[in-house]
Amino acid sequence: MEDIKKLILDTVKDAVIEEKQKLTVTVEWTKLPLLAKTLRNNKDLPFDFLVNLIGVDRGEELGVNYLICSSKDLSKEIVLKTSTTNRENPLLYTVTDIYESAHYSEREVYALLGIRFINNPDMRKFFLNSDWKGFPLRKDYDTNPDINPVSIESKEIQDIAPRIMETEEGQLLEETVKVFEDDDYVINIGPQHPSTHGVMHFRVSLDGENIKKIDVHSGYIHRGIEKLSESLTYPQILHFTDRLDYLSANMNRHALCMCIEQAAEIEVPLRAQYIRTIMDELNRIDSHCLAWATHTNDLGATTAFIYGMREREVILQIFEKTCGGRLIINQNVVGGVMFDIYKDFQKDVKAFIPYMREKLAEYDRFFSHNVIALGRMVNIGHLSKENAIAYGVTGPAGRASGWSCDIRKHIPYALYDQVNFKEVIRTEGDSYARYLNRLDEIEQSLCIIEQLIDNIPEGEICAKTKPIIRLPEGEYHARVEAARGEFGVFIESRGDKFPYRLKFRSPSMQLVSAMPLICKGEKIADFIGIGGSMDYVIPDIDR
Amino acid sequence: MMLLNYSQPLELTKLIKWFDNLLRASLPEFWTLLIEFVVVALALLAVYVVVALLLIYAERKITAFFQARIGPNRAGKWGLLQSPADMIKILLKEIIKISRSDRFLFFAAPFFMIVASFATFAAIPFGQSLHAIDFNIGVLYVIAISSLGIIGVFLAGWSSNNKYSMIGAMRSGAQFVSYELSAGFALMTIVVLSGTMQFSEMIEGQRYCWNIFNGHISSLIAFVIYLISGHAETNRGPFDLPEAESELTAGYHTEYSGIMFGYYYLAEYLNMFVIASIATTVFLGGYLPFEIQGWDGFNQIMNYIPSYVWFFGKTFVLIFLSLWVRWSFPRLRIDQLLNLEWKYLLPINLLNIVLMVLLVLTGLTLKDLFGIL
Repeated sequence: MEDIKKLILDTVKDAVIEEKQKLTVTVEWTKLPLLAKTLRNNKDLPFDFLVNLIGVDRGEELGVNYLICSSKDLSKEIVLKTSTTNRENPLLYTVTDIYESAHYSEREVYALLGIRFINNPDMRKFFLNSDWKGFPLRKDYDTNPDINPVSIESKEIQDIAPRIMETEEGQLLEETVKVFEDDDYVINIGPQHPSTHGVMHFRVSLDGENIKKIDVHSGYIHRGIEKLSESLTYPQILHFTDRLDYLSANMNRHALCMCIEQAAEIEVPLRAQYIRTIMDELNRIDSHCLAWATHTNDLGATTAFIYGMREREVILQIFEKTCGGRLIINQNVVGGVMFDIYKDFQKDVKAFIPYMREKLAEYDRFFSHNVIALGRMVNIGHLSKENAIAYGVTGPAGRASGWSCDIRKHIPYALYDQVNFKEVIRTEGDSYARYLNRLDEIEQSLCIIEQLIDNIPEGEICAKTKPIIRLPEGEYHARVEAARGEFGVFIESRGDKFPYRLKFRSPSMQLVSAMPLICKGEKIADFIGIGGSMDYVIPDIDR
Repeated sequence: MMLLNYSQPLELTKLIKWFDNLLRASLPEFWTLLIEFVVVALALLAVYVVVALLLIYAERKITAFFQARIGPNRAGKWGLLQSPADMIKILLKEIIKISRSDRFLFFAAPFFMIVASFATFAAIPFGQSLHAIDFNIGVLYVIAISSLGIIGVFLAGWSSNNKYSMIGAMRSGAQFVSYELSAGFALMTIVVLSGTMQFSEMIEGQRYCWNIFNGHISSLIAFVIYLISGHAETNRGPFDLPEAESELTAGYHTEYSGIMFGYYYLAEYLNMFVIASIATTVFLGGYLPFEIQGWDGFNQIMNYIPSYVWFFGKTFVLIFLSLWVRWSFPRLRIDQLLNLEWKYLLPINLLNIVLMVLLVLTGLTLKDLFGIL
């Protein structure tokens, strides 16, 4: 990392480098694209993966934090910080040309903080309507409901995108572009559609049955979780994570607990770590079963769908017996877990492992080699490794493109450094690779559980914490491997019992951001199939 | 006739004869015929509805077993009243009139569908003497009339003013036109074998040797092709692209509600039945029992089972096959669907007809080889 520091200082002389939880570099906003580009093009250790783009209202300034890391080694991380003092018309340079995944994030920052990004090709607000007044994540935001009354009027969607471009002479040019051509045949897939896996809205222009262009509208279930969190204490925030990607609820919550524990330096008892890891893996199997089921359903196989739900039910029963919840299990708390395992937990889980293996073989016989299924998945929706990294597509989908991006391997947390498991990587990058990756990951999760289930030590399940948890001033990141990819938590604390800024990195947003790329030119039927293979969860995107 | 040698206690022939004689004895020719027409029409309608309800119930139950579920079990014993209850519900539902649609065509469309399936239904021989119309070109009639339904699908898609419906209708058009060819050619293969287009003659010709055995290789190929293309014609999975619920919500009938939707639903199930019963009639000896020439004792036992039971039995076996396929396979994509038809089924079919002609001309059918009547 010393070389990197040198490289940073060589590129931007007045960059301020701080050793915090992560290496933090503060630069002037005009210098940021240059620095990002240099880091990205660094030969030995390219910082080509934008993990998280976080807009922060720093009081006087409005700023953005970029957490970037290397796709070769996810544990090499740098935080780039930049800000602007102009609160009336804040402008920053885009990094979309360097990291594709920044596109939607920048639009999100615009909607929530009002920062516009120069050269971003499409600067419509993400999540919020274009006529929303005020910027919710600013500290001076007026929450009076009269300012933005709930409207039940139907509004035509305007497919016109404003943007702000810099000409070669360095002049800023405000302009608008049309999203679709005038005579495009545009259909709305969503927000109410059986196969968008939630209230997602894709506007798709078609040429016959072929897809010409996809425009993503999101925000139908934007609940303002990040804004809400700013006025709640840390233990009160925990339950929000379960409601992001509800299928990997436990893993998401693990991330937030971990972030708080690291910041407050709370030691988690070993027994709790065991329970967390086992529950995470059960949760992953549960999620992958459902992903398999919905993917087959998207391809039109209803029976396979029910089979997936059947296996999932067994896990949900175990969850229910452990802590009463099924989908959202409220298991992790700061310092450990809320409920101890029940008496027959080990017996139930051990009975489940061979059962699931048998069923995996059944899935294989029933669906994986079906000639129609192969025709609908092989060579469909191809995502190259470069694009997977540029779009930040992690999880089974990223690994299907040949990118080793498993946080459990790269930055082990909980007990993942003590168990043997294989990171499932395929290089085909098509729907079928993603499909197979999930099934193989179920097997790996079973392996992990097998290694842990007999060795759960006796002891406390939760560390003693203070009644009111205050985090010391600073910026904290935590990253875990959720079922759909990397889930991240960012907390900026000012020493209070509330977070100053809290941001979740949702894997689904990146999965969706790659959809327009990989679906282009495919048939409309395959758009649904590819969506199933990417397996995004909408509340995770909208937050 | 040889068939009169066997006792067939449960056949309806005598009953129908008695009814006919009764009418003729007391009424002039015109009134006799008129009353008989009405009675036949009512009987067909009743059978139509009952078959549809039974099929819906059977599909739900069978699918439930495939999918490790229970299926309907609340309304009546084993959920038997579920289908009638649904029927009543659908009759009571509001028919939503959508704005900015072509109202006339929109409401006319379901009738094309239901009339086509009903008209085909009428030409099917259900059993001895249970055959409403026996055209001398029965096969042709069935092919021609059953393809009328596509007009209903097209109109529905066009008049709904809904893009999903439109795409569904267009897919349906491409699919129907293609698979109609295969189905037609497969039936033609058997017409070559049996030398007639009349259903009654075709059935009589299969007394000791069903067509599927008689033309052995060629018949078998034709049978499989007919099952595939017939299945495709009914718009059911894996060929359910026109309604592909995961892509097009409900395809061409997205905008229909109440009984207008019910017509499509009914027609879908009836088409499935019609396709299976044509396959039964043409390939599997129709309502005839399984008989072997010379085994009189065996044949007598087979004949105790009435012909309509044979017919419905064979048909339901085929329907079960169709359900099995539907609930096992994922859906094809439109280009794969057309590939299957134009690159595989159609060429095979054409060759198969030539093969059948050769078999018949050179006397290599089973009947010729073993001297079966």
